[in-house]
Amino acid sequence: MDDLLSEFLTETNESLSVLDVELVKLEQNPNDPELLGNIFRLVHTVKGTCGFLGLPRLEALAHASENVLGKVRDGELPVTPAAVTLILESLDAIKSILAALEATEAEPQGDDARLITRLTALANGAAPAAKPVKPKKRATAAVTLGPAREAPQSEIVHGARASEGAVQDGKESKESFVAAQSIRVNVDLLENLMTMVSELVLTRNQLLQILRSQKDSEFGAPLQRLSHVTTELQEGVMKTRMQPIGNAWAKLPRIVRDLSHELGKKIDLCLLGADTELDRQVLELIKDPLTHMVRNSADHGIEQPGERTANGKPEAGTITLNAFHEGGHIIIEISDDGRGLDVDRIKQKALATGLATEVELAAMTDQQIHQFIFKPGFSTAAKVTSVSGRGVGMDVVRTNIEKIGGTVELKSQRSKGSIFTIKIPLTLAIVSALIVECAGERFAIPQISVVELVRAVANSENAIEHVNDTPVLRLRDRLLPLVSLQELLRLGTGRQDAETYIVVTQVGTYTFGIMVDRVFDTEEIVVKPVAPILREISMFSGNTILGDGSVIMILDPNGIAAATGEITVTEHAMRGEVQTRAEARQNLTTLLLFRAGQGGQKAVPLALIARLEEIDVAQVEHSNGKPVVQYRGRLMPLISIDSSCAMKSEGRQPILVFTDQDRSMGLVVDEIVDIIEDHLAIELNGDQPGLIGSAIIAGKATELIDAGFYLTRAFTDWFRASGEADWSGKRTKRVLLVDDSPFFRNLLTPLLSVAGYDVTTVESGDRALTLCEAGEDFDVIISDIEMPGMNGFEFADKVRRAGRWQDTPMVALSSYATPRDLDRGRAAGFSDYVAKFDRDALLNTLSETLSERGAA
Amino acid sequence: MSRKKSTPETRGGKAIGAGDRSDFVSVTIADQLFGIPVLQVQDVLGAQRITRVPLAPPEVAGSLNLRGRIVTAIDIRTRLRLPPRPEGQHGMSVVCDYEGELYSMLVDVVGEVLSLENNTAERNPATLDPVWREVSAGIYRLDGKLLVVLDVARVLDFSARVAA
Repeated sequence: MDDLLSEFLTETNESLSVLDVELVKLEQNPNDPELLGNIFRLVHTVKGTCGFLGLPRLEALAHASENVLGKVRDGELPVTPAAVTLILESLDAIKSILAALEATEAEPQGDDARLITRLTALANGAAPAAKPVKPKKRATAAVTLGPAREAPQSEIVHGARASEGAVQDGKESKESFVAAQSIRVNVDLLENLMTMVSELVLTRNQLLQILRSQKDSEFGAPLQRLSHVTTELQEGVMKTRMQPIGNAWAKLPRIVRDLSHELGKKIDLCLLGADTELDRQVLELIKDPLTHMVRNSADHGIEQPGERTANGKPEAGTITLNAFHEGGHIIIEISDDGRGLDVDRIKQKALATGLATEVELAAMTDQQIHQFIFKPGFSTAAKVTSVSGRGVGMDVVRTNIEKIGGTVELKSQRSKGSIFTIKIPLTLAIVSALIVECAGERFAIPQISVVELVRAVANSENAIEHVNDTPVLRLRDRLLPLVSLQELLRLGTGRQDAETYIVVTQVGTYTFGIMVDRVFDTEEIVVKPVAPILREISMFSGNTILGDGSVIMILDPNGIAAATGEITVTEHAMRGEVQTRAEARQNLTTLLLFRAGQGGQKAVPLALIARLEEIDVAQVEHSNGKPVVQYRGRLMPLISIDSSCAMKSEGRQPILVFTDQDRSMGLVVDEIVDIIEDHLAIELNGDQPGLIGSAIIAGKATELIDAGFYLTRAFTDWFRASGEADWSGKRTKRVLLVDDSPFFRNLLTPLLSVAGYDVTTVESGDRALTLCEAGEDFDVIISDIEMPGMNGFEFADKVRRAGRWQDTPMVALSSYATPRDLDRGRAAGFSDYVAKFDRDALLNTLSETLSERGAA
Repeated sequence: MSRKKSTPETRGGKAIGAGDRSDFVSVTIADQLFGIPVLQVQDVLGAQRITRVPLAPPEVAGSLNLRGRIVTAIDIRTRLRLPPRPEGQHGMSVVCDYEGELYSMLVDVVGEVLSLENNTAERNPATLDPVWREVSAGIYRLDGKLLVVLDVARVLDFSARVAA
């Protein structure tokens, strides 16, 4: 059954019961204006809702009754028993129609003309007939017993199915089936129930604990039973509070449909993640803001069909609602592909209302200007429509969301659309969490951000290593940054066990390991917000009570990531700002500093390095006159930086392992100094093979080594060509490199930046298109062809089709460079096609492409 | 901290000035008698298992579970810059409701409820230690000893604390 209809039935049945009583009261106190007013209002509401739902028969009946009541209220008609009887009769008729409506979901056939005529006659002053003729009601032949429905918008306790009420004497006013299925319960009552059940669970757990210490207790069986019932009870009570978010937006399709008719627009509404569950109370509070935002999107966001087609967009606009869980929060995104926010108009309005001065506005980014729409009384709608633009809007939305501890963020781009992101903490939501121990204290980590667990034992393959006291872990060809929970939470400098567990955690795209002493199992926990005086500690997202009754803090991986400086995740920061920062961060390169051979400190991008190894010199063998070492079942050549860098004669030798696909090469170094993150700016070009150039890194002149050079020394066919490229004609041109292989991205970035390009790298076509939408511009795009997801051809096709990059030259990079591929590349819109390993060709092509473009 | 600071006029107003008498739960901390307005007190507990909250202000002893509600425990000794409770003395807690949240005040001993005449109330002596003056809503003269009225709102407001 339609939710709307179901709700209507519940409500109307309630109103009708009230009416029955009120009318009888009225008969006794004919001159009570308050009573009359109340009755009139109830009938009026029934009439109004019928009209809204398109139920003409009900509406006509209710309308006729309302007329009579109106006259009575205005004193034009006296309250006579006959009049009351007639109205009661019409109410009965309404009830019977409702009953049929409930059974068949449609108004029953039938004619109330006679009843209506009599009502109208009464309203017009004629005395009602002494003995009213039974109207032709109970037209419902068969009342079928449908499955029990519930009215989802009300707080429901699933009761016993009151099926016996369904089949009754037709003359009796039948109790509404739907109404009997649900009762309204005060949320406070549920809240109390919840607390009591938690209490019960704790007591149960204590009892079980006692039971465990006593063998063969006669309490065993009953306690098991109690335990079972308690668990079910707990689940049941929790369920009463959780509702799918779909309930909050059940009315949206209808609203959007009506709006699109009213506004003459074509709008598709796309609802994703409707089954994401959240706390009922939270749901209730976000319902109105959500509706409001969707209305806004439909009214302000989506353009008229004509305007859309003129801009090359599909005629029908799309509003998408997407709800999902993320890192202990529920995220709801409301996005539209409309015209986006009009920055200029917001500026004008901000000036006009005195919210900002021209100077202040000039200094603001678009993002900051967008924020004005959240100010009270701010509406940029040119005209006030019935839909929106009345100035009560986004400020109320924001206030409502912030009231429940949530945030709302906005990202908008002219003629592309807007995205509102609502982030709501999981107050009372149930999450699965991993329980860990550190320095004797237990903590919960939301399971959702845990990727895996690693047990690190000293002197084994999974040992924690330190680079300048910074702990790192080698995890499958990667170096994983580690965070010591003990240090982070200042839990004292306790013991350092030989055995440490590492919780590999992911926040966005950033993966790091949290070092803990012990790992227990996972538990379903109820997240409770921390006390206000502790809210400033960003490491915790809440606290909870475990099964054994102890209080435990829930760690917030976002907060930990932010605190360890690797990522900037600020709740209140604009999503856009976060993105820009993340992008700025992309330009930073993590470098491994080391010493080897002659000269000063040397550096190589950390990402190029698969592993840092220390090998026993005794294991080094010689093959074909070159030093090799058996490494993971294969022979790995060892290369020295230069002739002056000799391998140690005994002991352990540090090497940097470079791996691509199945080949590895070890670079012999004297000492590994540090890992730092810095902007890679080559100051001097290297004139020596193997050196890209020199840069200031960590305040020291540092030689940046060309890993490619050493790779070719290890395997001459690693790249087909090597040697010095012609670095002439340097200009700071922006290059976008799209390649799914981190190895090539890291290899080409220094190569291209030394050639004078400003390089931005992304790992997929999708990410590249996001940059495009974010307003980034590049002089040339280099794209790999074989990529998972969107391949290079598809990417080029997308870029060429529309958008700001339409005319940006594109160079394809592929390990396949047959003429057929070339043709296909050109067809897709690539300006040129370069084999992946041909570095010279790439640089030449780039400079050619750019000069051609410059000349054109 | 977003909580509003109570103004001096309303401070402890519930206890002082309402009628002729005011009721206090008497507690002892380091041999000093204190009183907490009885209407703000929700529970009195014995020694509890308290979970430490890392990075929390030093006054916060941790969190404890009171019948399914998480209660933040405040160590009054730390708040008043008193030395820690001697070893072996477990202490007790007085749970107070403040703006809908529960806070547990860790004290040494909880005594009885005292009904005190308001005409025995005095303002804080000007020479009182600033830390004490901050959390005290006044002093009652009792037979042979003095009772310091603890203002729960002020006890919880660490942000305004006087630098030591």
